[in-house]
Amino acid sequence: MRDFARLIKRLDTTNKTTVKVQALADYFQSAADQDKVWTIALLSHRRPSRPVNTTLLRTYAAELAKIDLWLFEDSYHIVGDLAETIALVVPQIQEVLEAKSLTAYLEDIIWLKKQEDEVKKAYLQKHWSGLPYYERFVFTKLLTGGFRIGVSQKLMTKALAKATDLDEDVLAYKLMGNWDPATISFQDLVLAEKAGDSDSKPYPFYLAYALEDSLEDLGAAADWSAEYKWDGIRAQLIKRNGQIFLWTRGEELVTDRYPEFEVLKETLPDGTVLDGELLPWIEGDIGSFNDLQKRIGRRTVSKNILKQVPVMLRAYDLLEYKGEDIRHLAFEQRRAYLEETLKGQAEDVLSISASLPFEQWGTLANARAKARLVKSEGLMLKRKDAPYRVGRKKGDWWKWKLDPLSIDAVLTYAMRGHGRRSNLFTDYTFGLWTENDAGERILVTFAKAYSGLTDAEFKQVDKYIKNNTIERFGPVRSVVPHLVFEIGFEGLALSSRHKSGVATRFPRILRWRTDKTIQEANSLDDLKKMIP
Amino acid sequence: MEMNNAVGQLFFLKWLYFMSSSGNHSRSSADNINRKTPLLVFNDKGIYCPIADIYIDAWRPVDKCIITHGHSDHARYGHKHYLTHHNNVPIIKHRLGKINVKGIEWGEQVSVNGVVFSLHPAGHVIGSSQVRVEYKGEVWVFTGDYKLQDDGVCQAYESIPCHAMITECTFGLPAFNWRPQAEVMEDINTWWADNAAEGKTSIIFAYSLGKAQRILKHLNTDLGKIYTHGAIEKMTEVLRSIQDFPTTELITRETQKKDLLGQIVIAPPSAHGSPWIRKMVPYETAAASGWMAFRGARRRRAMDRGFVLSDHCDWQGLLQAIESSGAEKVICTHGYTDIFSKYLRSIGLDARTEKTQFEGEVLESEKEAV
Ligand SMILES: [Zn+2]
Ligand SMILES: [Zn+2]
Repeated sequence: MRDFARLIKRLDTTNKTTVKVQALADYFQSAADQDKVWTIALLSHRRPSRPVNTTLLRTYAAELAKIDLWLFEDSYHIVGDLAETIALVVPQIQEVLEAKSLTAYLEDIIWLKKQEDEVKKAYLQKHWSGLPYYERFVFTKLLTGGFRIGVSQKLMTKALAKATDLDEDVLAYKLMGNWDPATISFQDLVLAEKAGDSDSKPYPFYLAYALEDSLEDLGAAADWSAEYKWDGIRAQLIKRNGQIFLWTRGEELVTDRYPEFEVLKETLPDGTVLDGELLPWIEGDIGSFNDLQKRIGRRTVSKNILKQVPVMLRAYDLLEYKGEDIRHLAFEQRRAYLEETLKGQAEDVLSISASLPFEQWGTLANARAKARLVKSEGLMLKRKDAPYRVGRKKGDWWKWKLDPLSIDAVLTYAMRGHGRRSNLFTDYTFGLWTENDAGERILVTFAKAYSGLTDAEFKQVDKYIKNNTIERFGPVRSVVPHLVFEIGFEGLALSSRHKSGVATRFPRILRWRTDKTIQEANSLDDLKKMIP
Repeated sequence: MEMNNAVGQLFFLKWLYFMSSSGNHSRSSADNINRKTPLLVFNDKGIYCPIADIYIDAWRPVDKCIITHGHSDHARYGHKHYLTHHNNVPIIKHRLGKINVKGIEWGEQVSVNGVVFSLHPAGHVIGSSQVRVEYKGEVWVFTGDYKLQDDGVCQAYESIPCHAMITECTFGLPAFNWRPQAEVMEDINTWWADNAAEGKTSIIFAYSLGKAQRILKHLNTDLGKIYTHGAIEKMTEVLRSIQDFPTTELITRETQKKDLLGQIVIAPPSAHGSPWIRKMVPYETAAASGWMAFRGARRRRAMDRGFVLSDHCDWQGLLQAIESSGAEKVICTHGYTDIFSKYLRSIGLDARTEKTQFEGEVLESEKEAV
């Protein structure tokens, strides 16, 4: 496991993507095959289930460190990560254990799950006292999960592609779905060529720019097509050789997370690639982005969640038609083929993003004003004769978003920033007024934001925070409520997961309201009234 | 290194004079002091001995103040009379300018109104002391900042038996366990060698008093040249009269970027992200601090590397120091005071915390204080 620990350390000590990819590629070139399979599994959330619950982990670690549990807990509270706390508090090693492979450790972990508590305790304490600090930390992370080293599945796939000289998209497809790292070989998982490996290959997305100038500057209205802009996840749906593939922007293959689209296997013609927006579709209406959050990142979807938050694709472009790449065709032409292709498809999983008819630019302003009513965040403008381009290119696609909603809120907590701002408190939490059960006016947290002020303003606010700290919780400080900020956001939805009962989308600081006292800040009720 | 003898004599007389003249005045008030009043108390100006009317490391201007060491949260400007170890004299003169200061030897006794004060090595930075205070057989020790490990630069820590101990506990959590200095220095030298092999400049951030010289002293000079930022060059120059250090070269306007490639630069933390270092591209940065034990701190600092190296005690060091002092009563000042004193109570000591304005090992602050 020494080389795996070294890999994690390398990944953890850099923020540079290129260095991360190189570190992983180096590892994939030198590690043993089965260790590589396990590394792929660990970095794509396929770890074995936790063999020991965290209560026992804490107890065993505190015992080994010869400290009371309260002291362990207090240390954990400050360190902020269980595996790190354990690795830090247990005594320095006397004798190093004989080296074992990553695979051997994972086999141990699978075995450990079925053992009696006494066996678990002996195993853990033996390894905690026999591994040097960083290996001890990585070993404990294998038990507790989540390395948080900024390695997405996409980045890992890229490194693997670099190390094996295989196509990145083909690899993404191979790594998808259900496979068991305990039984599959590196040969079968990664190297073996199978028919249809490249059927999943997506096209690069074309991305729009935000409209800065007036509509008139775009030229004649007749040259343009308009539609609503949807607030979901950009996605590409592929049907080739009887199979369905779904990619999201950031190019992650997520087919198995959205079983809704299985039905299209039967109805969509082979050689079809659709571009559109993945949206929550609840009882015939578009849900909020907050609903969609419940699906994003979930590898296995329960029946319950499928019923609660079904999704659909709202398609707005066609990239492949009858097996042919048609990106060079004019938008108008692709749009005609799109309409033809979608005819007769199950509308609850695949619908078309309607064109908004308009003759003059003025008509569009009216449509935009109604955007929130139809659960959209503004308009998209597309030049009728433009091809489907690659990446972000100015000129043919424009997004004309609504102005953000905004509310005045009070600064309540602060955390240090990152990178060049790491010596300043720049990550803020904001509160709005509400009443508690006793009828007192209190501030309840409603959003976090960390952008929108100038460097000079951040410095001033930072100074205020340092001089007006009430309490420190690790890196976070509670602050004497005094400063008011106007917070802008793109959307709002009710949410039981948030303390305030409301989730905001893309909150950011619009400006510092030095003209307002905290008494003049808005209330939670004011915010709730804005929910569409 | 020796202070001009005549001048030293004059200071000594002056200090004694102010001791005895104010002594008369304070003796009468000393009789009024309740017998139960502790030997040392904490007031809004600092740690105070009411019987002798003397402060230790006061944070507001006072008449007479004993200074444990030169860091800015302990040695402040504005006192009328300073008393400190003679090695600390040039340091605080460099930092505070014209002050009225007297330096004494380790163990040298200064009696005021029946209270006997003496200084003993704290092992924190050059000239750093613990203050021993004795009155009618009762002994108190204020540790100042301290560490048990001998760093090879300053006089090593000495354990002083006492009844009551006032201790810092900056790293008073079981999560802090320092590795031997030799291992950490080997890591630092390896890091330098690796960067040099890639043609990069190594920039290590360390406080200008203490950490900078500790690293400097143990760098492998076979690897290349050692460059310094002005703040560090100046302080090191002051300390060269007390301790030998490898040769350093000050970075000036004339220093060429190509001169720095493969070499190491020691800079104060405040230089991180400044235009000053931007001209050194390509470089690798590192910080050396006890806080680097935490992954979150390493990441927040946005440094390429973090070396765990502190001039304060780790958990075991604090416990060992308290145990060998034999103190029954422990007062915890800066650091994880609540947790640490709770732990001490759980092992049967009479422990509590006191609020001070000492800052411990400041990681991200723009100001120089340790
Ligand atoms: Zn201090
Ligand atoms: Zn200090």
